[in-house]
Amino acid sequence: MSGTFVGMPAFPVAAQEAVHDSTLRGNLRHATHTIRAKREKAVAEVSDWAALREAGKQIKDHTLRHLDRYLVQLEEAVTAAGGVVHWAADADEANRIVTALVRMTGETEVVKVKSMATQEIGLNEALEAAGIHAYETDLAELIVQLGKDRPSHILVPAIHRNRGEIRDIFAREMGEWGRPAPEGLTDTPAELAEAARLHLREKFLRAKVGISGANFMVAETGTLVVVESEGNGRMCLTLPETLISVVGIEKIVPSWRDLEVFLQTLPRSSTAERMNPYTSMWTGTKDGRAGEDDGPGTFHLVLLDNGRTDTLADEVGRQALRCIRCSACLNVCPVYERAGGHAYGSVYPGPIGAILSPQLRGTGSEIDASLPYASSLCGACYEVCPVAIDIPEVLVHLRERIAEGGPATRDGNRVLLKPAKGHAAERAAMRAARWAFSHPGALRGGQRLASRTRRFHPRTLPGPGRAWSATRDLPEVPAESFRDWWQRTRGGKDVTK
Amino acid sequence: MSSRDLILGRVRRATADIRDDDTPYERAVDRSYLREHGERTPAQTVALLAENLADYRAVVHRCAADALPATLAGLLAARGSGTVVVPEGLDGAWLAESEVTRVADRATGTAHELDAVDSVVTACAVAVAETGTIVLDASPDQGRRRITLVPDHHICVVRVPGQVVSSVPQALERLDPARPLTWISGPSATSDIELDRVEGVHGPRTLEVVLVDDASQGVPPSSGEHVARLA
Repeated sequence: MSGTFVGMPAFPVAAQEAVHDSTLRGNLRHATHTIRAKREKAVAEVSDWAALREAGKQIKDHTLRHLDRYLVQLEEAVTAAGGVVHWAADADEANRIVTALVRMTGETEVVKVKSMATQEIGLNEALEAAGIHAYETDLAELIVQLGKDRPSHILVPAIHRNRGEIRDIFAREMGEWGRPAPEGLTDTPAELAEAARLHLREKFLRAKVGISGANFMVAETGTLVVVESEGNGRMCLTLPETLISVVGIEKIVPSWRDLEVFLQTLPRSSTAERMNPYTSMWTGTKDGRAGEDDGPGTFHLVLLDNGRTDTLADEVGRQALRCIRCSACLNVCPVYERAGGHAYGSVYPGPIGAILSPQLRGTGSEIDASLPYASSLCGACYEVCPVAIDIPEVLVHLRERIAEGGPATRDGNRVLLKPAKGHAAERAAMRAARWAFSHPGALRGGQRLASRTRRFHPRTLPGPGRAWSATRDLPEVPAESFRDWWQRTRGGKDVTK
Repeated sequence: MSSRDLILGRVRRATADIRDDDTPYERAVDRSYLREHGERTPAQTVALLAENLADYRAVVHRCAADALPATLAGLLAARGSGTVVVPEGLDGAWLAESEVTRVADRATGTAHELDAVDSVVTACAVAVAETGTIVLDASPDQGRRRITLVPDHHICVVRVPGQVVSSVPQALERLDPARPLTWISGPSATSDIELDRVEGVHGPRTLEVVLVDDASQGVPPSSGEHVARLA
């Protein structure tokens, strides 16, 4: 996955820093609460929300069940419409393919539509290493790119920045990349958007190569769909001569008609609008359509696996592939609201990131092994999910895999995972508890000892228990254990004894 | 092995646990969701379109068919436009009363040339009332996708009630996926700064929609009537 995130500390460490950043917490709280309230209103407008949600779930499940068939059908349809389909097993291969395609055009700069897939594979860094400048054109991605920052939200990558911070970034950095910010730029959103418009327009108008992802790919027609607001997507999808779209293999829907479900649920779940301002749908190239001359003459579709088939192999976890990246789960998550997106150490933050990243990347690293624990399991994420992904169920499933080990699929091969190291103390404690509960004498003796020594108990646990007690109060040990109290009083009936 | 075979092989192994299910796709998904939300007369559907367009900051006008040339001339004049891009298939009569210099939508024209044009006038393929959306399918009266993108001012003419449907499912039924499609709901907007909605980033900052009565005989003229605009 993206090199940007290599070496990230585990979630608890990163989160601890984040929760002490009061600006960040303020920015996040404002943003998530704003969108949460709006979303509820937008969803309440459609009386058949539950039926749409169920249909979305069924369409995605059906597609995943027959993914091989639909991938082949999509390939045929895209090819028939004048496009070229490439298959990339992992991030490196996808980056190599895209780099080679850009080189073939002879260009050294490209404009990009915001895309989670290209973030995931670290495409910008790979292109940069090959001497190709990739310009992010979504306003939030621009803020992140100019600020040499990392995205922290699926939909609003710069959600952690307030207007003052954005003004400073624009004033300082725009000149380095192209047209500088206007003199005397203030921090009003309208002025900031205007500065971005002027800065990026010169890039749009001269761009020869555009790179995008896609929200949906229709297998039966070969149509790709990009949903956006600003028009930067439309610019990148229609003005350049060459268009390269990098899309995860799970983004397929079987039929044209299926869009009727997702075009109703996605905008309302993500930006809380009845419909997002712009949706572009294109099928192949301008030459693939008789008598037309509209849009790119060359279209490449790069179908990306990068851990998706491994995720598909997991019976419980595969439902994560239903995700349509609306980000509703982030906005309702009490953990995300406090910790922020960066703490998740992945391009997919929040509840969906906590189940998607450890599946796409495996649970080998410290950060990935910690992600399934980055949740209170309150279930709000499942409630809002427009494709009904049971995120808590997958979290618990992944926790079990991390603590206990077990079979998993990596790079297409079945492997047997060992229990993760950090959980040895937890397992030892559970074993000890099991022994104590099956030896009543020892349990009674231990409880008595604990009661008598309670004045000397530390407030935090030593050794491996420290992390646990750093964020929790230890329970107070009572002066007398329940068993002793019962024996003495028979449940309070005979207090004199 | 090619990556194609590798990925398809992985998919097949990953789904080997799932029993074969030969239900045809038409019956595989429960589509008991609604085809449209609520019951409306055609006139009410048009009114809802106007309301929802305006809610997302499009400027909505209504007029009778014979008043369309005057309406369009008035809008271009009010904007102070000197030039207007015109798709080749646009009804020539629509702009007959306007003095504005017309620029043809030419394949050879550059994006920079287009950037210098003030306005664009197009028809549309279909409009969706429930979401306040107009859809362009690059037909001759709508032109290439870029002409409604680069100029800062887009006037879109919707024939009502004929081109208006209630819902997204009804709109998709009318559209041809082989054509390049652009769904437009209000002017370009962003919510990337503190989730404050700001109109106008890269697409046209002003979207004016003219709802023209395509069965206007006998309907009292209401040329240029301003339906609603939120500040």
